[in-house]
Amino acid sequence: MKATRIRAVRTRGGLSLRVDARACTVVVLLVLAALAASVALIGTGDFPISAADVLRTLTGDGTRIQEYIVRDLRLPRVLVGLLVGAALGLGGALFQSISRNPLGSPDVLGLGQGATAGALVVIVLFSGSATAVTLGALAGGLVTGFAIYLLAWKRGVHGYRLVLVGIGVSAIVTAVNGYLLTKADIVDAARAVVWMTGSLNGRDWTQVWPLLVLCAVLVPLVLVNARRLLMTEMGDDLSYALGVRVERVRMVLMVSAVLLTSGATAAVGPVGFVALTAPQLARRLTRSPGPNLVPAMCMGATLLIVADLVSQRAFGADQLPVGVVTGVIGGAYLLWLLVTERRAGRI
Amino acid sequence: MVLVDSPPHPRGAEAPAPPARRTAPRAVGLLLAVVVLAGVALASIAIGAKQLPLDQVWHGLFHDTGTYADVVVGERVWRTLLGLLAGAALGLAGAVLQALTRNPLADPGILGINAGASAAVVTAITFLGVTSLNGYVWFAFFGAAAVGALVWFLGGSRGATPVRLALAGTAISAALYGYLQAVMIMDNAALGRMRFWTVGSLASATQSTIVQVAPFMVVGTLLALGLARPLNAMAMGDDTARALGAHLNRTRALSMLAATMLCGAATAACGPIVFVGLMVPHLVRSFTGPDLRWILPYATVLSPVLLLGADVIGRMIVRPAELQVGIVTALLGGPVFIFLVRRRRTTQL
Repeated sequence: MKATRIRAVRTRGGLSLRVDARACTVVVLLVLAALAASVALIGTGDFPISAADVLRTLTGDGTRIQEYIVRDLRLPRVLVGLLVGAALGLGGALFQSISRNPLGSPDVLGLGQGATAGALVVIVLFSGSATAVTLGALAGGLVTGFAIYLLAWKRGVHGYRLVLVGIGVSAIVTAVNGYLLTKADIVDAARAVVWMTGSLNGRDWTQVWPLLVLCAVLVPLVLVNARRLLMTEMGDDLSYALGVRVERVRMVLMVSAVLLTSGATAAVGPVGFVALTAPQLARRLTRSPGPNLVPAMCMGATLLIVADLVSQRAFGADQLPVGVVTGVIGGAYLLWLLVTERRAGRI
Repeated sequence: MVLVDSPPHPRGAEAPAPPARRTAPRAVGLLLAVVVLAGVALASIAIGAKQLPLDQVWHGLFHDTGTYADVVVGERVWRTLLGLLAGAALGLAGAVLQALTRNPLADPGILGINAGASAAVVTAITFLGVTSLNGYVWFAFFGAAAVGALVWFLGGSRGATPVRLALAGTAISAALYGYLQAVMIMDNAALGRMRFWTVGSLASATQSTIVQVAPFMVVGTLLALGLARPLNAMAMGDDTARALGAHLNRTRALSMLAATMLCGAATAACGPIVFVGLMVPHLVRSFTGPDLRWILPYATVLSPVLLLGADVIGRMIVRPAELQVGIVTALLGGPVFIFLVRRRRTTQL
């Protein structure tokens, strides 16, 4: 490894904090990118608003029509996008760190499929309302998450067993979903596919508040445990020796990750590949080992908002759900990073 | 980079399984597996949505005179043959991919092969107006092959590492599924067909499908079985493998080729059936140990047992309708898989 750019900041009280300059730069740039994309996204739609007007309206000096469009229609959508992206990025980074596998993301472990099963049952069997679909998805995601955790529990949860149990559960639930989809009539099936793709269309303040509360509780909880998570990556025995209660840390973080992912999925549908690619992208940008929780969180939010902006700009307002574009953008970006990494001789 | 670390021994005093097992039990086991496979294949011919007495099945098999029952039996024979071929191909491909990427999660889905096949099929349906299942086959196959080659190239071709291959496959899958979903949302007709194709079924088996895909499966099987020894060496890490005289790049390239041929052909014929290639190698590894010279033949024989068994059950439980084999495989195999993962210390790669 090359010389790291990690500096230690010491206070007079004897506290010291290591600061990775590159990681900090990445986080700041990602936040700026997410904010810029948010402003652009608020200005995009059937009634275009310039960036300057958006900023003026947000600070309270807009015309009445602008106030209505920005405050009531587009701001909540953008906030939902940012929160969901952050939750998925953070949840994905946690899962990948706990399972110690870059592919051990919630997509692979079946949380997305679990939420989909809940939503499909509501859509196909009961033709339920949008709220019922959200609740069904939340229930499906939580039940699947805790089922995986309990099934993988055997004197502690271990990464390898967790991933394999997750795959087993995921396969079962996917089969149920496929069956429900073949049994549905074509109108319900089309509705289900839109939900399964993940969409930000028509999201309003009723989705923002629960998500905001969820993130406000869980993100600090996760970040407090981040150092211990970094230790557990060195192996269970070593971290015990260093004074980390491995099983408890893992349980707290698993439950947080399940809640974050299920909440995000219930709000907008299982937006594909954000949880899988965001931590990988963040890790390649910061070039630092460890779970990279904060960069992954910012990456997730940026990815989702940029994807929504692209889908709104390129295909017209509310035509194509954001989940279509996250896959394309995230996948293409990850490929580009893989190729440039090879050219630069890293890895 | 090690993808999965070994779990701590649950009971410290208990030694891991003895390393040197005798060959005889494993050979007998393989023979038994072949017998079971033959039994399942016969059951697949005899049992179906239409109940036929055994003498009529016999008549249809050996004295085909074109009666209704004879036609039914004839169709079932093709279906069984496709199940045998596709099952073997999927299991073998899964075992090779898991060894190649040194990742227990590797399956045709991870390397983007299913995504490539699905994207090609949806393109054929929506933009080229292909409607017959026979027409899908070549598109699916070329989609799978193209993505296999692309993953190999983007994963670093000669400098490919397991993590890079897996990530490149995932990234391409992400992009292709985005495309797939966009098409399905915009075109309801494509959705109507794709939702049946993506669950995976043997019901579409005809003679012409099998003739189209069988050569690829046979060549792929021979190639994969021949790779057992170099892949065994590679399991010990790149440096050790090189020291042992294995050609790393050649082995990786040939493994990708074999896996692509096998999965591409199976996916083309039946649609993406994911779970077989993932699960069977794990089950096999739990009693053969990590030696690929045993894993590969066992996976070849036991995967069709799972696929055909699931197909027979799918035809029996919802008579006169059928449950697609992809659904039954996962519903049956999933709990068994979880049980096995919990019960024993699954042998590591």
